[in-house]
Amino acid sequence: MTVAAESASLVQSVDWTAIAPPTITAVVGLIVLVADLFVPEGKKALLGRLSIAGLAVALVSLLPLRAGDRSTFCLTSDTEVCSYTADQFTVVIQLLVLGGALLTALLSVTETARDKLPAGEFWFLLMSSAAGAALLPASRDLATLVVALEVASLPAFALVGMKRGDRLSSEAALKFFLSSVTATAVMLLGVSFVYATTGTLHLTEIAVRLDDVPAQLDTLAKAGVALTLVGFAFKTAAVPFHFWVPDTYVGAPLPVAAYLSVIGKAVGFTGLILVTVVAFPSYADVWGPALAVLAALTMTVGNVAALRQSATRAYSAVRLLAWSSVGQAGYLLVPIAAAAYSSDDQIGSTVAYALMYAVVNLGAFAVAALVARTHPLNRIADYRGLYATRPLAALALGFFLLCLAGLPPGIIGLFAKVTVFSAAVDAGLGWLAVVMAVNVVIALYYYLQWTAVLFRAPEGEPAKHAVPVPVTVAIVLTAVLGVALSGVPQTVLRFATGSLFQ
Amino acid sequence: MIDISPSVMQFLLAFVVVAPLLGAVAALLPAPPGLKGRNPDQAVLRHGVTVTGAILVAALALTLGFDHDHPSKMQATTDISWIPALDVRIHLGIDGISLPLLVLTALLTFLCALYSYFKMPAGPSPKAFVALLLVLESGTLATFAVLDLLLFFLAFEMVLIPMYFLIARWGGAERRAAAWKFILYTLLGSVVMLLGLLLVGLKAGTFDMVALATDNGRGLTTSVQVTAVLAIGVGLAVKTPMWPLHSWLPDAHTAAPTVGSVLLAGVLLKMGTYGFVRIALPVAPDGMRTLAPYLAAFAVVGIIYGSLACLALARKGAKGDLKRLIAYSSVGHMGFVLLGIASMTPTGVNGALFANIAHGLITGLLFFLVGALKDRFGTADLDTLAGATGAALYGRAPRLGGLLAFGAVASLGLPGLAGFWGEMLTMFGAFDPAEGLSRPAFLTFMAIAGVGTLLTAAYLLVVVRRVCMGVPQRQAPEQATIADVQGYEFAAWTPLVALTVLAGLWPAVLLGLTDPAVQKLLAGGKS
Repeated sequence: MTVAAESASLVQSVDWTAIAPPTITAVVGLIVLVADLFVPEGKKALLGRLSIAGLAVALVSLLPLRAGDRSTFCLTSDTEVCSYTADQFTVVIQLLVLGGALLTALLSVTETARDKLPAGEFWFLLMSSAAGAALLPASRDLATLVVALEVASLPAFALVGMKRGDRLSSEAALKFFLSSVTATAVMLLGVSFVYATTGTLHLTEIAVRLDDVPAQLDTLAKAGVALTLVGFAFKTAAVPFHFWVPDTYVGAPLPVAAYLSVIGKAVGFTGLILVTVVAFPSYADVWGPALAVLAALTMTVGNVAALRQSATRAYSAVRLLAWSSVGQAGYLLVPIAAAAYSSDDQIGSTVAYALMYAVVNLGAFAVAALVARTHPLNRIADYRGLYATRPLAALALGFFLLCLAGLPPGIIGLFAKVTVFSAAVDAGLGWLAVVMAVNVVIALYYYLQWTAVLFRAPEGEPAKHAVPVPVTVAIVLTAVLGVALSGVPQTVLRFATGSLFQ
Repeated sequence: MIDISPSVMQFLLAFVVVAPLLGAVAALLPAPPGLKGRNPDQAVLRHGVTVTGAILVAALALTLGFDHDHPSKMQATTDISWIPALDVRIHLGIDGISLPLLVLTALLTFLCALYSYFKMPAGPSPKAFVALLLVLESGTLATFAVLDLLLFFLAFEMVLIPMYFLIARWGGAERRAAAWKFILYTLLGSVVMLLGLLLVGLKAGTFDMVALATDNGRGLTTSVQVTAVLAIGVGLAVKTPMWPLHSWLPDAHTAAPTVGSVLLAGVLLKMGTYGFVRIALPVAPDGMRTLAPYLAAFAVVGIIYGSLACLALARKGAKGDLKRLIAYSSVGHMGFVLLGIASMTPTGVNGALFANIAHGLITGLLFFLVGALKDRFGTADLDTLAGATGAALYGRAPRLGGLLAFGAVASLGLPGLAGFWGEMLTMFGAFDPAEGLSRPAFLTFMAIAGVGTLLTAAYLLVVVRRVCMGVPQRQAPEQATIADVQGYEFAAWTPLVALTVLAGLWPAVLLGLTDPAVQKLLAGGKS
């Protein structure tokens, strides 16, 4: 505890180191917005570089927090109850979010120039959203949680609708906006119910007070728990709240789709973990089965829909990644559901899986961004013969897809799946493990089909295009990370054991 | 036999598992100066022969350094922690059960590489072919060398992608569908197997196969054991394959290129039966005892089914494909292996392991021979080959005909050749099954298996008659002269023939290795 507030004093000292990661991101975002006014048209690229540097600094600021023992904004009456905690869980998720945002930024540098997106606005929105996403895992009261969630998602609507004059883009933004706002409204209702029954917003306090809710308020508390969960289920795109995903991904600029598929998901999952495991453990009998069913539905619907994507339809590559991300969300839900059935801490499996997923999915999007430069329609059929023109990019994409499928040589993907399976088996959720096993097979079909396309003989003479440096950097970074993790899976899998919370 | 220091043995085993992977990466890179060969294709194919040759030498050195007086002891062991979070250890080691399979894998892969050097299957560049072949070799060798359940699963999965591409890229007609069937079937099986492995590992608190085998299921309740054996068994049974989970095999074999078929039958199927012996028998004996009668029943159905299918394919006018026929005969032969394992006696399990090796040698040879026939005639369709009277191979290519007849009689279990001992011992095992298993049921199974051997003899002799005999008509245009066995074919096939004869005449060379190890596994480390 670094903050030792005097119990009588109302003025708190703030642990700036602890809150540095989201703060730096937000401040850099504001600087970019202001700088946009003064930077001449020809030098807008400067804004992108500034944002990338800001994200890198924010990542570095995570280093002093490694120990995971800081918290700030605590109650003056009880210094154990804090609104902002930088424990292991927070630091890992912040690493995921900021690292993911950095890779997205690398992909965006050329994309913003090519699609003539307004640079200042784009970078400001991206940074704000990243700041919100970085704040979320640290928030330990419902108000901060909701605010962080909104800071993360509101800029995302605008990002999706960025392509000016593109009907698909605005439609996608509207769809995304409406569904998300509904989710927020439902969640706020749930939060207010919970507040009404417990009289506190701090998650740990809620956990204590939910244990002995007066009988006449029990229904209200249950409804509050359920509604809050529905809100987060929307954000994670769990079935049946998933319908916005494919159109949104296709309509959005490609880097934004990548951002949504990784950071958007991480945001939803972090919130879900915080409310279920930290705030509502005494209602595990309510959310446990609900999440298990949700997980089974989500992975099945996502994978079956991905299976049905035709390779020659426009944007089928992005569409497939969108649906597969729904399927992957199902796997991510499994350990959270398992946490309800077992005394062991299972959510670490979700964190480990999310880290793996973030690296390889962003990698897959990076290669998709590369291919989109020569084939703007981005059909899966366009990837035919990629190995002949760009052998390294093809090998990288093949590796990423097999990681997502969970087959060697994607060893990290395989072991991440093994941890999820083992969480389910450990908690006695045998049926869920079997459903997941079937889903792994379904998913293999479309991932491998795409992989096989990469290595087929190309049709016609392929045109050589120069590869922009930032995209190359993103592909190399993710590929090196993926291969390194395959050699030393312990790096991410260690989060799967032991408690991440303070 | 000769004294090799333990650290060298350790290195040799690790080398055998890892070197093919490094070789695969090297195959994708451009050849260094001095090794460019006549052209890039030749250089990379030669690279494949060199690497697999080195692996074979290392495997033979392991055999020489293996302490043949204590085959039940794990030797050349390495045990390093890899992923503490999942309790996964890089635990390698060989005993009398895994050593023969290791050598068989190294030998068959080398022979395949050699054969491809002279006769590259039609398809895209040999670069990827060699790389995939090497990854496949690494995966199979790792399966036989690892002693950790999760590592076993990893190695088990490692062969899927290379085999898929080998079939889908270098295969014959209908190769896409066959490749899909192969990978989806086996993946579904192995994911279910993973659930069983996790159940065992989590309930027993360790994934280490040696520790689990020593425990002999004492830490697991019977219901857990039954569930685990059921889940693990389904995965292994798909791979073996056991009737009725075999339907991917004939398609895969028919479509695969010659070397793909050889490796699939010779090595990949053994991974399934090896898993039964290494994991199911010692780790969950109670569960195995409950399910053994069912396993045996499925096994004998497989024997009869495989033979009948072959008979149907061998009939005149059935348009039977020879590769498909041998694939079905594999289902029958693997039925014997499963029957031996299900008897849970040392005799039966030894017989199963013997039949495993014998099947690898003989069926490997048969697939080579049929592949050669297909290359010469452009088809493996029995009716087209045989024509009105028979293909008359004895007259037109006597050596090829002789080898085919040799392979056929070895496969039907002629005493004095390798096929005999395995089938006989497995039936002996079924004659007197382990305590707790119903003797009448197993006697029935044994009798049915005996009928199966007759049927096997029947269809193989039909094949010999239709392919090797007949009236040679030198003038007829459709019977152009065909080449007899070439030098490289001799080189690739002679080792298999020699070993078939050796194992048939001197079974002790193999049984002396497996028996002590099997005794120890069944006794759960008590002996």
